[in-house]
Amino acid sequence: MTRPKLLSFLLPALAGALFIAIWHFIRVSLSEDFRFLLPAPTEVIAAFREHGDELWRATLNTTAGATLGFLSAVAVSFTLSLLLSLSPLVRVTFYPYLMLLQMTPIIVFAPILVLWVGPGLKSVTIITFLICFFPLAVNTTQGLVSTDRNLVELFRLYRATKFQEILRLRIPAALPYFFTGLRIAATLAPIGALVGDYTAGSSAGDGGGLGFQTIIYSSQAKYPALFATAAACCALGFIFVAGVLSLSWLTLHKWHDSYERADI
Amino acid sequence: MSFTVTTNPSASASTAVEFRSVEKRYGQGPVILDAFSLSATRGDFIALIGPSGCGKSTLLKLVAGLSPVTRGELIFSTSSAGNHLTNAPSSTSASARDDLAYVFQEPTLLPWLTVAQNVALPLDLRGAPANPRTALVRDALALVGLTPRADYYPRQLSGGQKMRVSIARALVLSPQILLLDEPFGALDEMTRDHLNEELLAIRERLRWTAFFVTHSVAEAVFLANRIIIMSANPGRLHREISVDLPYPRTPATRRDPAYHRLVDEVSQLLRSVEDLATV
Repeated sequence: MTRPKLLSFLLPALAGALFIAIWHFIRVSLSEDFRFLLPAPTEVIAAFREHGDELWRATLNTTAGATLGFLSAVAVSFTLSLLLSLSPLVRVTFYPYLMLLQMTPIIVFAPILVLWVGPGLKSVTIITFLICFFPLAVNTTQGLVSTDRNLVELFRLYRATKFQEILRLRIPAALPYFFTGLRIAATLAPIGALVGDYTAGSSAGDGGGLGFQTIIYSSQAKYPALFATAAACCALGFIFVAGVLSLSWLTLHKWHDSYERADI
Repeated sequence: MSFTVTTNPSASASTAVEFRSVEKRYGQGPVILDAFSLSATRGDFIALIGPSGCGKSTLLKLVAGLSPVTRGELIFSTSSAGNHLTNAPSSTSASARDDLAYVFQEPTLLPWLTVAQNVALPLDLRGAPANPRTALVRDALALVGLTPRADYYPRQLSGGQKMRVSIARALVLSPQILLLDEPFGALDEMTRDHLNEELLAIRERLRWTAFFVTHSVAEAVFLANRIIIMSANPGRLHREISVDLPYPRTPATRRDPAYHRLVDEVSQLLRSVEDLATV
């Protein structure tokens, strides 16, 4: 292993150890009465052991909501972006509202969603969908309309059909933009599912997700378990982002400048 | 709008393209190209040179069919005696513009395709079967000396190499007419000279008719057998200079006193046109 590579593993590990040490130090310096405010790292691990089954089930439920919402947002936003990019008229008409909807705090609609489709997975999926949808739609549309003018002219010169132009030029050219949107959506999906579950979750059926667990643990003053819940959501987010980054690397690394290697 | 493009088999067999009093304007805008008449003989290498705004790039777009003629006629004569790369299928019955290729100012390569895939693009878009396609791409790459780079992506190439790929892509359809819009303008002088020599070497094998837009007098004299000096506002044919330096031209041509005389002559004519433009 080369020295820079070794350092890039060693330094983050050291920083992590330092962080836990500071955490522990603050904890022991707190007076007995306030220690409940900051559980020790060992207590969080103990909470994982104590509430393991519960947390695992909640994590799976949240994962289901996050995944369904994320994937449906990808499918619908991509279709909509294609439509928007095909017709300047449609784009001019609807694009401002797309931007406006992006500013809308989706969570405000959670109570109404519960009335419409009932609490639980359906509501959580829809909330995640709405949160993921806009960054995806905005970025993908931007990508589809930003095709290099000269390349479009080249395709016209070789008498490419409109279908060929979309499939072989506009979509590949939009991929870097699409992945930018996908990265944003991947960080939002687990948080969206958790917040959705917090406001529209349900203990019925398979039981709630991590958001629902948050309500229960805070009402029972199980603070170490709250930290464990946060860690579980963190891990879920990490898996989402890592998945998208890998997909992005697989698709783009050979040709896109953002993956330029120094040795070329 | 009368967009007259005729394919005229009865025209002189040696004529490739003929402009008859061609006028071009965009909408109600100013006249870009005025009463432009020119007859290009098969195998001609015509350099178009002139101040900016003289309509030389517009002229290429008209020939390419990217933009319609406003008035006048643009006549193509078809010929079955096309110049084909080895293994090429025989000329199709499609219109004259299928035998035409365009090299842009920029390499305009698709960054997500390899060099070979970029060169294959015009064939792919026409749904060419894999059998002649592979051979055609290989031959086109060999012509520009990029066979070892076939599987590279554009970002791994230098500016000169990218331009070579662009030229290979233009040649893969075995065009009879080649339109080049300042293809080497962004390259350093050494690379440009080298690519000029390569272009002429390819021309020895495939005798297309070329229209070459440039700002460099030296490049025009080195490449062309006819130089069209244009004036601006509106774009008109100002003077035609015929370059009687024998082909094949080599680096030695650049040391020929006749070459230098021509460069001087064209430069002076160009300066007089540019002075006119600034008055």
